[in-house]
Amino acid sequence: MSSDWPYRLREHRGTLLALLAFVVMFAIYATNHPVGLNANVATTAANKGVLLAIVAMAQTLVVLTSGIDLSVGMVMVLANCLASAIVVGSPRATALGVLAVLGVGLLCGAINGAIVIYGRLQPIVTTIATGAVYYGAALALRRVPGGDVDASLAEALTGQLPGGSIPASLALLLALVLVVWLPFRHSAIGRAAYAVGSSELAAYMSGVPIRRAKFVAYLLSGLLASVAGLFLTCITYSGEASAANGNTYTLYSIAAVVLGGVSLFGGSGSAIGAIFGALMFRTIGDLLFVFNLDPLWQPLFQGVVLAAAVCLGAARLLHVRNRLDLYG
Amino acid sequence: MAEAEASLRQPRAWRRHVDPATLSAFGCIVALLLVGSVYSSSFLSPEYLLQQLKVASFLGVIATGMMIVILLGQIDLSVPWVVAVGGMMATAATGWGPLGVALAIPIGIACGVALGLVNGVGVAVLRLPSMVVTLAVNAVAQGLMVVHTGGFSPQDASSPAMRFIATGHSVLGVPNALLVWAVVGAAAVFLLTRTTFGRTVYAIGNRERAAYLSGARTRSVVMAAFALSGGLAAFGGVLLAGYASKAAQAMGDPYLLPAIAAVVLGGTSILGGRGHYLGTVAGVILITLLQSILSVMQIEEFGRHVIYGVVIIAMLLLYGRGRRSSD
Repeated sequence: MSSDWPYRLREHRGTLLALLAFVVMFAIYATNHPVGLNANVATTAANKGVLLAIVAMAQTLVVLTSGIDLSVGMVMVLANCLASAIVVGSPRATALGVLAVLGVGLLCGAINGAIVIYGRLQPIVTTIATGAVYYGAALALRRVPGGDVDASLAEALTGQLPGGSIPASLALLLALVLVVWLPFRHSAIGRAAYAVGSSELAAYMSGVPIRRAKFVAYLLSGLLASVAGLFLTCITYSGEASAANGNTYTLYSIAAVVLGGVSLFGGSGSAIGAIFGALMFRTIGDLLFVFNLDPLWQPLFQGVVLAAAVCLGAARLLHVRNRLDLYG
Repeated sequence: MAEAEASLRQPRAWRRHVDPATLSAFGCIVALLLVGSVYSSSFLSPEYLLQQLKVASFLGVIATGMMIVILLGQIDLSVPWVVAVGGMMATAATGWGPLGVALAIPIGIACGVALGLVNGVGVAVLRLPSMVVTLAVNAVAQGLMVVHTGGFSPQDASSPAMRFIATGHSVLGVPNALLVWAVVGAAAVFLLTRTTFGRTVYAIGNRERAAYLSGARTRSVVMAAFALSGGLAAFGGVLLAGYASKAAQAMGDPYLLPAIAAVVLGGTSILGGRGHYLGTVAGVILITLLQSILSVMQIEEFGRHVIYGVVIIAMLLLYGRGRRSSD
């Protein structure tokens, strides 16, 4: 029984490396922070990190099936605009609003999945085009930035846990992992999603429910993206149909997925790795502020980090014995 | 037997010459013009059509590079900021003095070629997925430009030569931008159909492994294709900077989706290996007309985004489905 640990270690290598890198960077960040790591600093940092982590989880689900979702950022923006309009008022209205926002996320995921699976279009083109549609819908809801969100809900999600100084957003993230990711990972559908990403042909030949697995992956991706939108609304207390915001989060989610050790060819990696990838990516951005560098350099710095992380993927070249394996 | 075979082959040979996707794209162009002419008679006037072709040429130049990369079975998502790099470096060069003014256009294009080469090295040598490599290069290019400009729109104006090729008119009132697109297009057709490079591009798009085993220089061809795409995107940026007489932050953002959409609507397979340049021309004109008609009809911005996305999905569902989607 205990003899399979080298295999298990290899399976989780990407996730563990991401965790290690995050811990190192966060230690540098925390020890050099001018104010030190008090509860407020931790909460602000956690809120930013968790937002990206949720989007990265959404991206991971689709990437595992060797697809890509370039509309996650736009689903988030749409959920943000919708939440700023309906998640407000009496507790009943707020609860219904939250459900509606999550429902819209599921719908967006279902549309992406249906077009990719039953329409047999490529995920890249499909999600770019559906992203334009979702952005249009967001713009229809919020022509100018504004709106509001239920203050007690926002406070509960973005503040600190009662009786401690632990940021509440980390609890939200943990809840998402426990409620969405782990059940998916350990279900037959989740295994099927990994199988599809690893080799669709082999999965098909083994009688794996390919279509259902892919569809569930897109569905949950839309759901998680809408949770991110809801969370964004709680942070900013308003909704904004910003194309730049949507594109940035889509790009950063891919960066987080790569940093988190999830293979972009599909079939390997985990959402937990992507979460640490996202937290690491955020910490890298914040390191610049800690060391008092010109914020003008931040986009370049993040771009270079992203490029370096992408280049790490080339490490597989060292293991290739037959050059033909490089050509698909 | 032989006759039966010949008659079986007949429709295929016919189809190879007249691509159904290209035909339907041209059909849609005619339909759009008819719809537009019901709305306003000026849609069929030569001035309006020439104006649309002029606007289309910017997208046409950018889509040409995108098409070559898509024919390889790859994609270039670095277009937005490579376009901006082209425009910004060309206008920056104009500010350097007489020599800079003379070399503004080549400098802009050279910067794009350099970024394209980085893409090419990532894809061909490091064997990384083109989608992430080009996204990373896009992020780096954005970072470089933010540092270069200080986050504001650069103050430098475009050089007279840039303005001349983007806004000027030549004989018979034909816009120069259209002539530029015609030259770029003719060169692309020659490159794709009459040279070893072009044949290799199609071969790699069909099956890279087979192309490699046949002794094709796949590595250098992929790198050259990405360099071409980068150069053409930057050239598009130079033209746009000439048109607006200055460069701006995020000036390339509205060109990524239209460029991909134009190529794919024109019948080029997103999986690579199949497609004709004529289809891309049709796709570019179709996208430009669609955008123009949506704005002339005074449909609000959100409606334009929705209609645009829906039309692209609908047209792809009609005839753009991948034959190889299951493997």
